[in-house]
Amino acid sequence: MSLVELEINGKKISQDVEERQLLVHFIRDDLNLTGTHVGCDTSQCGACVIHVDGKAVKSCSMLAVQANDTKITTIEGLADGESLHPVQEAFRENHGLQCGFCTPGMIMAAVDIINRNSILDEKTVREELEGNLCRCTGYQNIVKSILAASEKM
Amino acid sequence: MYQFNYKKVETIEEAVNELSANPDSKILAGGMTLIPTMKQRLASPEQLIDIRNIKELNFIKEESNNIIIGSTTNHFTVASSDLIKNKLSSLSRLAEGIGDPHVRNMGTIGGAISNNDPTADYPAACLGLGATIKTNKREISADDFFISLFETALAEDEIVVSISFPIISDSYYMKFPNPASRYAMAGVFMSKNPSEVRVAVTGASENGVFRWTEMESSLLNDWSKSSVEEVKLSPEGIMSDIHGNSEYRANLANIMAIRAFECINE
Repeated sequence: MSLVELEINGKKISQDVEERQLLVHFIRDDLNLTGTHVGCDTSQCGACVIHVDGKAVKSCSMLAVQANDTKITTIEGLADGESLHPVQEAFRENHGLQCGFCTPGMIMAAVDIINRNSILDEKTVREELEGNLCRCTGYQNIVKSILAASEKM
Repeated sequence: MYQFNYKKVETIEEAVNELSANPDSKILAGGMTLIPTMKQRLASPEQLIDIRNIKELNFIKEESNNIIIGSTTNHFTVASSDLIKNKLSSLSRLAEGIGDPHVRNMGTIGGAISNNDPTADYPAACLGLGATIKTNKREISADDFFISLFETALAEDEIVVSISFPIISDSYYMKFPNPASRYAMAGVFMSKNPSEVRVAVTGASENGVFRWTEMESSLLNDWSKSSVEEVKLSPEGIMSDIHGNSEYRANLANIMAIRAFECINE
């Protein structure tokens, strides 16, 4: 076991983990933050995207021990109490989801895309969504949601 | 995933000592290949040595007409570096096309070349630009570094410290990415300076990245589109799998070479 100390959604955590435990399982099973999803488990689908020290990463491809001494944000950390984050709000308004399984990863990726690009167009959004798969929507409304959110942020 | 020990190190010396003391160790940097491989139980090292915190391995600088990149520099940092964009845009473009944004935030250049995956992009840039790989022990030219599939000239207790790329503005990387994984199904890195033309092919050969010498001499003799078009890669020794057979991949390499040539001449 190794001791992991990190901050997640503003809360400090100090816990022993098995070296082979994936970060996504630590977040879901140990911390009970089940908003982060496991989709493909092979680094393709992006349902597990979270922010580690402000960078979007796939938590199914990272060990919990690697996250020692970092600051993590998951989908649960975006909203401010009852007020949704602008990206969450835009997904709601624009019907940016159907089954919702990919949505946490889509939103975490979207926040990162908007943070990195001061001006966004449809082409850029589609390219940037390379690492996130949605099997329901055909991406149409996801792209629309991200573009709408980018104007409000 | 099988159980293993985990050791985070702060210096190159510490990493080398751990490697020498535990021959069944593996170096962990971004882990974008190693962790998925371990999840599938295709690799089961006894110990992981995490080098991501070694600060002296994370840098980009320009020195005597070379761009030098520290081995733990991630793909996003290379792709977004203004220095590289201005001096060696072919390399920025290559880094920008690896995997997806989340993978680029973790994966490192040192990991990509040390693993020598036959479909990885960076090995093509190393061979195509004539890079030099600096380790904790020596300097190795890219021509001597990539041996075969997942095999490099690195000794067991040797770690890549940095990669030095000559600044050759007449260079371009063109790949045909696998639509699902974005790995190269065929990728061609071409560069031209007054005395030398280099053409490296990744994603195609059963033995990993290689220099396409026939194409190089044809272009050195006459830098023209017809010189590119008349050389055809033989399907012999080219990978064949569910994504494409060897004839298809060899043809892709021909097409990527033509497109790379056209982009250099634009």
